[in-house]
Amino acid sequence: MRRLRPATAVLLLCLLALALLPWFAEKYYIQLFTKMMIMAIFAMSLDLLVGYTGLVSLGHAAFFGLAGYTLAFAAPQYQAANLWLSLPLAMAGSGLLALIIGALVLRTSGIYFIMVTLAFAQMVFFLFHDTKIAGGADGIYIYAKPVAAIAGWEPFTLENYTHFYFVVLVLLVLVYAALRMLLASLFGRVIVGIRVNEQRMRSLGYRTFRYKLVCFVIAGALAGMAGYFAAAQFGFVTPETLDWRQSGGVLMMVILGGMGTLTGAVLGAFAMMLLELGLQGLPVVGGVDIGKHWQLLMGGFIVFAVLLLPHGLLGLGRLASQLRRKPEAARDD
Amino acid sequence: MDANTFLIQVLNGIQYGLLLFLVASGLTLILGIMGIINLAHGSFYMVGAYLAFSLSQYFGSLWLAMAGGVVIAVAIGLLLEWLLISRLYHRDHLYQVLLTYGLILMFEELRSVVFGDDVHGVAVPELLRASIPLTETLSYPVYRLWISAVCLVLAAGMYLLIQKTRLGMVIRAGAANREMVQSLGININLLYRLVFALGMALAAFAGMIAAPVASVFPGMGNQVLIVSFVVVVIGGIGSVKGAFLAAILIGLVDTFGKVLAFEIGGVQLLPQLSGMMIYVLMAAVLLARPEGLFGRRA
Repeated sequence: MRRLRPATAVLLLCLLALALLPWFAEKYYIQLFTKMMIMAIFAMSLDLLVGYTGLVSLGHAAFFGLAGYTLAFAAPQYQAANLWLSLPLAMAGSGLLALIIGALVLRTSGIYFIMVTLAFAQMVFFLFHDTKIAGGADGIYIYAKPVAAIAGWEPFTLENYTHFYFVVLVLLVLVYAALRMLLASLFGRVIVGIRVNEQRMRSLGYRTFRYKLVCFVIAGALAGMAGYFAAAQFGFVTPETLDWRQSGGVLMMVILGGMGTLTGAVLGAFAMMLLELGLQGLPVVGGVDIGKHWQLLMGGFIVFAVLLLPHGLLGLGRLASQLRRKPEAARDD
Repeated sequence: MDANTFLIQVLNGIQYGLLLFLVASGLTLILGIMGIINLAHGSFYMVGAYLAFSLSQYFGSLWLAMAGGVVIAVAIGLLLEWLLISRLYHRDHLYQVLLTYGLILMFEELRSVVFGDDVHGVAVPELLRASIPLTETLSYPVYRLWISAVCLVLAAGMYLLIQKTRLGMVIRAGAANREMVQSLGININLLYRLVFALGMALAAFAGMIAAPVASVFPGMGNQVLIVSFVVVVIGGIGSVKGAFLAAILIGLVDTFGKVLAFEIGGVQLLPQLSGMMIYVLMAAVLLARPEGLFGRRA
């Protein structure tokens, strides 16, 4: 049997801890971790674009938020939607939006790409914010969590927060595994090649536009999965879930963890959510309610992280292990 | 729509477009010349508006507030470039996006701490409070005309500065080849700092002159930022001329989109959908010319 790499061992231990959490934690923490895992799926979907394909999208929240609205539309008034119908519908809806937006934005690159993704996401934001199709700026309620009934049989119920937790945990692992497989395949090699040198990939005969578009759609659909569960858990969808602050926040998660690694995206999502929670809990100092104005410190933290942590939190670990090794053994990677 | 209403809407559209130009021209210059994508540009529009609000109360005059506000905006711009932005020239756009995103959070929250979350109004200066009567019921405020005039003067000044002066020549040369300009003995870092501060001051000034007509409210900067992005994308990065034409175009499209209740195939569209018109325009430009109307083909 192959020896377990230390990184893999740590990963498996973390997974075990997550799997055992509901037996030790209170309701509040179980729901908090559910939320963190949902954001981790969201962050991984963006990492596929930013970290692997080299597409810096500043409009990823559009696909996240749209899925929440799809769930709200799919549910009959005051009743629950069926999970097995509404989840694929939400992911397909977000994927379709990603196909339309992607076909336009992928005609650009670099700075243009960043601005155009942001602009189109804001267009979706204004669609829901300014019109009355889904409650406008006030948002829309989802009165009941989706039911997982297959012909009358219910394997689990999302109304139970522990069940909800395990469903999201299983999905987190599935998405992680699926993305790992995708990235290990020829397709994955091609998109990493596109990030490194798109000209060369094109001259090798790959139609890079199609590869990028497929990536954009996959990332959009996965963001939709995260958005669906975020809306289901919260029971409420507002235009703010589509807002560019959300897009910027999830981008920060990817970078904080260390982009181009799926574990980094998960780690970044957990770290950002915990940081947010920690900052919100800060007391009033000198007449200024720091907890209420936590974004001030969050902004400062982001500036600080960009200047001092170019490789994210995972880069911090690499740095530490390099320092521990003898100088001549240190690799320059 | 009769001729007078049409005239008023054209004037409003041009005035909005010219204001957008002030914000977008700085954005496109900083992008084109320095290669920096600055999300905090919209925050300076907000900073300008809040400076106009607070300083005009302090001085009792919007004119003094504008003068003081521009000085403060330039100072903040220089400080930001020196402390933060100058460290990003050789880094990927991704980090520029994140750092300036962090700055937005800080500016917005500082605004909330200092001024609260209420909407404020700024009085139009006494001198420009009059209106020009068009018919018995319709009139047009002088202040709006003044805004357009000031923006046009600034646009002309910018054109002359960049195209006709030695400083402008060096700035253009720096955009083409930074190292070469540096090796000719020109302090390019100082130059970039000035360009950045100038762009920020333009955005802040736009916020100041807009404050009496658009009021001062939280989130105003972000709204302008996104529309300015659309302007820059349509006009082409680095092209001040493109930004000018695109800004006027967006101003008119946005204004008329709100006024005309448009129908497609007999179906009455929601008037709220007019807010999306400018994005449809952007999509059309992207399909035809992905590099923008006046952008260089990559």
